[in-house]
Amino acid sequence: MPEITYLEAIRQTLWKEMKRDERVFIIGEDIGRYGGAFGVTHGMLDEFGEKRIIETPISEPSIIGAAIGAALLDMRPVVEIMFMDFILLTLDQIGNQAAKMHYMFGGKATVPIVIRMPGGSGTGAAAQHSQSLETLLMHLPGLKVVTPSTPYDAKGLLTTALHDLNPVCFIEHKLLYKMKGEVPEEDYAIPFGVADVKRKGKDLTVVTNEIMVHKTIAVANRLASEGIEIEVVDLRTMVPLDKQTIIESVTKTGKLLVIHEACETAGWAGEIMAVVSASRAFDYLDAPMRRLTGKNTPIPYNRDLERAAVPQEEDIEREIRAILKGEY
Amino acid sequence: MQKEETFVAKASRLKLSNEQLIDMYRTMSLIRQFEYMADKLYAMGKVHGTMHLSAGQEAVAVGISRATIRDDYLINHHRGHGHFISKGADINKMMAEFLGKDAGFCRGRGGSMHIADFSSHNLGANGIVGGGIPHSLGVGLAIQMKQLSEICIAIFGDGASNEGVFHESLNMAALWKLPVLYVCENNKYGMSMEVERATAKLPISQRAEGYGIPWHYIDGNDLLTVYETMRDAAEFIRSGNGPVFVETQTYRYFGHSKSDRNLYRSKDEIDDWRDNKDPIARFKGQLVENKILTEEQADEINNEALAVIEAAVAFAEASPDPDPSTVTEYVYA
Ligand SMILES: Cc1ncc(C[n+]2csc(CCOP(=O)(O)OP(=O)(O)O)c2C)c(N)n1
Ligand SMILES: [Mg+2]
Repeated sequence: MPEITYLEAIRQTLWKEMKRDERVFIIGEDIGRYGGAFGVTHGMLDEFGEKRIIETPISEPSIIGAAIGAALLDMRPVVEIMFMDFILLTLDQIGNQAAKMHYMFGGKATVPIVIRMPGGSGTGAAAQHSQSLETLLMHLPGLKVVTPSTPYDAKGLLTTALHDLNPVCFIEHKLLYKMKGEVPEEDYAIPFGVADVKRKGKDLTVVTNEIMVHKTIAVANRLASEGIEIEVVDLRTMVPLDKQTIIESVTKTGKLLVIHEACETAGWAGEIMAVVSASRAFDYLDAPMRRLTGKNTPIPYNRDLERAAVPQEEDIEREIRAILKGEY
Repeated sequence: MQKEETFVAKASRLKLSNEQLIDMYRTMSLIRQFEYMADKLYAMGKVHGTMHLSAGQEAVAVGISRATIRDDYLINHHRGHGHFISKGADINKMMAEFLGKDAGFCRGRGGSMHIADFSSHNLGANGIVGGGIPHSLGVGLAIQMKQLSEICIAIFGDGASNEGVFHESLNMAALWKLPVLYVCENNKYGMSMEVERATAKLPISQRAEGYGIPWHYIDGNDLLTVYETMRDAAEFIRSGNGPVFVETQTYRYFGHSKSDRNLYRSKDEIDDWRDNKDPIARFKGQLVENKILTEEQADEINNEALAVIEAAVAFAEASPDPDPSTVTEYVYA
């Protein structure tokens, strides 16, 4: 199976779908000659021309609005928002318009748009270019929220997103773009709402997503040499949420740690704990449920501060050990 | 045909002494040396984050700062080093912030894109394109309410003029006759998009007409033209006549930010601006031709500027990184 990067997996999927379906087009800033801020659409202008790789002025709310309008006429727009942070400029179009149209209009309108957005910290881009805002989007009924952690998942989930009839927020972690992984050449789709147990274990369940999946697996592999077996549940899609897999895993291990890069307060770790609290898994818990998250702070510029703002492997290891030892 | 005004005649009409002209040259040189050093530090792997360099646009920054008063309020954008330097910001603290150090203006939290110095009325750079433009409304309102004599200078790029807040702000500023000098630094590109492909009708400044705001479209690489336009605009604004919009045509030499392969523009174009329209070379030529400065003195000034920048790097590098345990400091006041 060929090894390609996360970025290539996304580009290839977009490329194939644009070949297959003439209704698909991409709209966003600097996505033509420049290839997008991270290079995802590199080469696509030459292949598809400027009628389908539509470069816009710097006008984010109207970019989303344009996609909505085209979607109402049964086109299949893919929006690139250069940094996830900029969705804060577009919240009316995403939240009041795209998310609600199908419902408000009694099921008559559909808004099949995919909004791709790089999120996350680690590049020194500071407070306005480094956020993890998936919780905001999860709170708006009508949106689907997708957070792939591997090239394989990126392809399969993007394929599903491109065929979904709802607005899908597709969040790409910047630090994953260069990560390589095996991706089959043939088409496949990963259904939404199906978490992936990326590592099996019996001692403690970690529920996480995106880059934290990799950090957790690295820690879990180290702990395995001491006979500690961590189960790593990669949610893959935040909305819809695979409650079943979470409940089954916690029922088995009796311990839950939720890890996300997004800030703690009102972050989605609380949602996961609420799901477990209200399920049969609650009876099987033999330790308090814990969360390890980004601190409640904007992302700072300085490298050491930036590292300190979000969970690192050493934090994950410390937290897991603390739970296992009953030190909370 | 009217004969073109000579440099000396223009300088004397503008009441600029030789010392002032040389000081303007010195400040442009200082900005350029800062930007070159920033690029060098980045290439050496000493910069963790991102940056947007303004080499090629120095005359805009210096023209504005010399035509306004030090206490006027500055709303800056991401390509803002030049404006901060020419407004007199402490170079050491700027460099320290650029390198993410504790001694920096923002104690390493902001970096290049978020430098601010409130004590000198630098209200901060912004990572959100157009994000600062509406702040000009509140600054203008506050100046009116407090009956201050200062004005607000809001700087942004050609690309920013396509954000909705640009239009909302111009409308309100005109409605309320706010004391704001809007300066659009048109350097021909956003990140990669040429202004012709991004803006339906040019010049950008004619948009101000639709809001009833006086506007000017000028050569931003000609220092005295920038100076004169900004001086007149500032006087008009300070007298209570409401906002003015100035678009300065200029050009950036470096790529958009840290990574840029210049796929969207030709080397010929870059060379043409560098070789034939450079604001510093042009001004130096005028000073030398008119015997206000010799080539040797100009070199001397450049060397002094470099020494200032090198000292700033030394200062920044000797400064400690912020303590990671302070990461949540400043989240709330
Ligand atoms: C709201 C928002 N959209 C997009 C970006 C990404 N971006 C940063 S600078 C830039 C180009 C800005 O162009 P212009 O206003 O002309 O300023 P210049 O960089 O040319 O000085 C873009 C698209 C951003 N930072 N913020
Ligand atoms: Mg520009």
